[in-house]
Amino acid sequence: MKLKKMLAAVALTMLGGLAVNVAAMAQDDPGPAAYEQALKGKRVAMVPMAVFDLSQGWAAYLKREVEGWGGTFETRDPNWDTAAAAQAITDLISADPKPDVLVVHSPDLNSFSKLLKKAQAAGIYVVLVDNPMNYPADAFVGSDWDRLGQLEAEAVVKGCGENSSKKIGLVQGDAANASSIYQYNGIMKVLDKYPDFKVVAKPFSNWDPTTSRNVTATMLQQNPDICGIIDFWDGDATGATAAIKDAKLDGKVFLVTTGGGEMVDCKALEDGTFGAVVMTEVQNQSRDMNAVIKFLLQSGQPPGTSKTYIYTLERATTKADLKPTTCWDVKAVQAGNF
Amino acid sequence: MKDIFSIRNMSQERIVFALAVLLFVVAGATLRGFLDAGNLVAIVRSVSVLGILAVGMALVIIGRGIDLSAVAIMAMTVAWYLQMLDRGTSGGLALVLAVAGVLAIGSINGFLIAYADVPAIFATLASGSFVYGFARSQLITQDATPVPPDHWIEQLGRFRLADIPVEVFFFAGVAFLAFLFLRFAKWGRYVYLMGDNFLAARNMGIPVRPMIVLRYVISALIAASAGVLTASSLHSINIRVVNSNLLYDIILVVVIGGVGLSGGRGGMRNVIVGALLIGIMQNAMTIIDISNIYQNLIKSTILLAAIVVDSLLNPRDEQTAQQGDI
Repeated sequence: MKLKKMLAAVALTMLGGLAVNVAAMAQDDPGPAAYEQALKGKRVAMVPMAVFDLSQGWAAYLKREVEGWGGTFETRDPNWDTAAAAQAITDLISADPKPDVLVVHSPDLNSFSKLLKKAQAAGIYVVLVDNPMNYPADAFVGSDWDRLGQLEAEAVVKGCGENSSKKIGLVQGDAANASSIYQYNGIMKVLDKYPDFKVVAKPFSNWDPTTSRNVTATMLQQNPDICGIIDFWDGDATGATAAIKDAKLDGKVFLVTTGGGEMVDCKALEDGTFGAVVMTEVQNQSRDMNAVIKFLLQSGQPPGTSKTYIYTLERATTKADLKPTTCWDVKAVQAGNF
Repeated sequence: MKDIFSIRNMSQERIVFALAVLLFVVAGATLRGFLDAGNLVAIVRSVSVLGILAVGMALVIIGRGIDLSAVAIMAMTVAWYLQMLDRGTSGGLALVLAVAGVLAIGSINGFLIAYADVPAIFATLASGSFVYGFARSQLITQDATPVPPDHWIEQLGRFRLADIPVEVFFFAGVAFLAFLFLRFAKWGRYVYLMGDNFLAARNMGIPVRPMIVLRYVISALIAASAGVLTASSLHSINIRVVNSNLLYDIILVVVIGGVGLSGGRGGMRNVIVGALLIGIMQNAMTIIDISNIYQNLIKSTILLAAIVVDSLLNPRDEQTAQQGDI
C-alpha cells in the first residue's frame, strides 16, 4: 500500500514536471508580441525648427530606429518660420491618419502651448526636443541648458586661468529662446562662484554669424584683454572666430561654444579656433527620443499624463578629449553611412 | 545754395545725415573707445555687406522697382558654388556655373517684370523663394557650407590695406561705380527717367524693357558679390541668412537714406548716409550693451521718425499721388 502510494506520488510528480515542461515549451516570451502590437504601424512625425545639422542628425537616427520597429517616420521643414511650424503641427493634428507621436523642436517657450494641448487632446503624444517650453509635454529630450551654461562657464574659467585678465564676453542668442535664456542663467550661476571673473559685455547674435562677428569685433575693440568668450551656438560662432582672428587675438581668447558635435566642432577644436565645445550628443539624444517614444506607445496611458524630462549627458570637450568617434558627420548621416 | 540749411530744404537725406553726425558726436563724447581708429573701421565694416546690397537695391528702387530676391541670390549662389567645390567640381567650372546661375536669375526677374508685366514685388518675392527652395532641396545638403582652405575666397577675406578690410573697399568701389553709372552714363540717367515717369520714358523712346532686365541682372550680380564677401570674412556661408531680417535691413538702409520707394529720387549718397547711420547706431548700442529687443525698437523708431519728418517736409504732390508707391 505504502509502495503503491509512493509510486503514485512519484508518477504524479513526474507527470506534473512533464506538464510544466510542455507548458514552458509551448509558451514564448510575451515581450516581442506585445512590443510589436503596440508599435507596429505607429506614425511618428517631427517638426524641427528647420533642416540643419542637429535636426538632420535626429531625423536620420530616428528614421532608422522607427522604421526598424515597424513604424513610419516623417518630418516637416518649417525653415525657421514659427508660423510655418505652427501650420505644420496644425496640419498633422487634423491629418488622416494622424501621427501617434509628435516630436517638436520649439523656437521659444510659449508659441506652441495651445497647439500641443490640442494634439494631446487628439490622442497624440508630444515629445519636445532640444528647446524646452513652458508646457508640460509627455516628455522632453534634450539639454539641461542651465547645466550646459554652467559647463561652458567652468570651461571658460579654466581656459582663461588664474593669471589672466579674468574678463569674459558672452555672445547670446536671442532674448526669447529657452536655450539662450537658461544658458545665460547657468553661466551666471557659476560666475557668481568666481567673483574675480567679470562679464564685460553680453551682446546678442540673433544666431547669425555676421552679427556675431560684428558684436564680437566691437567687444574686443572695447576690451582687447578679454581672455574668454562664450558664444551660445556653434552655428554662429564662426562669426566670433572671424572677429578674434581679425583682431589678431587668436590663441589669446579662449572661445567656448555649444553644438551638436558635428564634424565642424571637432575640426574647430583640432585647429584651436574653439577652446571647448559642450556637445549635445545627437546620437544619444536620438536614442533617448526613440526609447521614450517606444515607452509612451506601450504605456497605455493617455497623452498628457506623464511629464518626463530626459536630459542628455553633456561634457565640455576640449582638444585633449578628442577621439575619432567624438563627432558625427552630417554628410555620412545623409548618405546613410552611420 | 545759401538756404541749403533752411528748414524747407531739409530733405530726408539731410535729416538722416544730421542725425548720424549727432549720434556720432554724442557717442564719441560719451563712449570709451568709440573714436578709436579700430572702432571706426569696425563701424564701416559692419555695414559694408549691407551697404553693397543696398547699392543694388537702390539701383532697382530708383528705377521704380524692388528686388526681394537679393538675399536668396546672395546666400544660395555662394553656398552652391562652395558645395560644388566641396564635391570636387573643378574651380573654374563651378565659378562659371555659379555666375551663369546668377545671370539667369537676374534675367528671369527682369523678364518677368519687363515683358510679362508682373509687378516687381511679386516677381522677385516668388523668384527669391524659388531660388531658396530649389537650391536648398536640389543643390545644397547642409545649412552652413565652409570655404575650402586657402581658396581664393578665403585669401580675399584676409586682404587688408592699412588695416582696413576688403569689404570696405568693395563697398566704396561698388557705390562709386553705381554713382558714375547713375550720374554720367546715358543708361544711368534713363533709370531716373523711368523711375520718375515710366510712360513718358517709354514714349520718348527709351528702351525701357531691356533697361529693366539690365537693372535686375546688375542687382543679382551685386547680391552675389556681397555673398562672396560674407563667405570670405566668415570662412563659410550660412543659408539661414535668407530667413533673417537682412532683406528688411537693406530696404531700411535705402529708405532711411532718402531713396523714395516711389522711384526716380535719390542716389548713392543716400545709401551711404543710411548705411552709416545704421552702423553708428548698432555699434553704439553694442558698446552700451543694449538688449537686441530694444535695439530693434530704437532702430524702427528712428526709421519711423525719419519717414514722418520726410512726409511733413516733402508732402506728396499731384504726380506722386497719381503714380502711387510700389
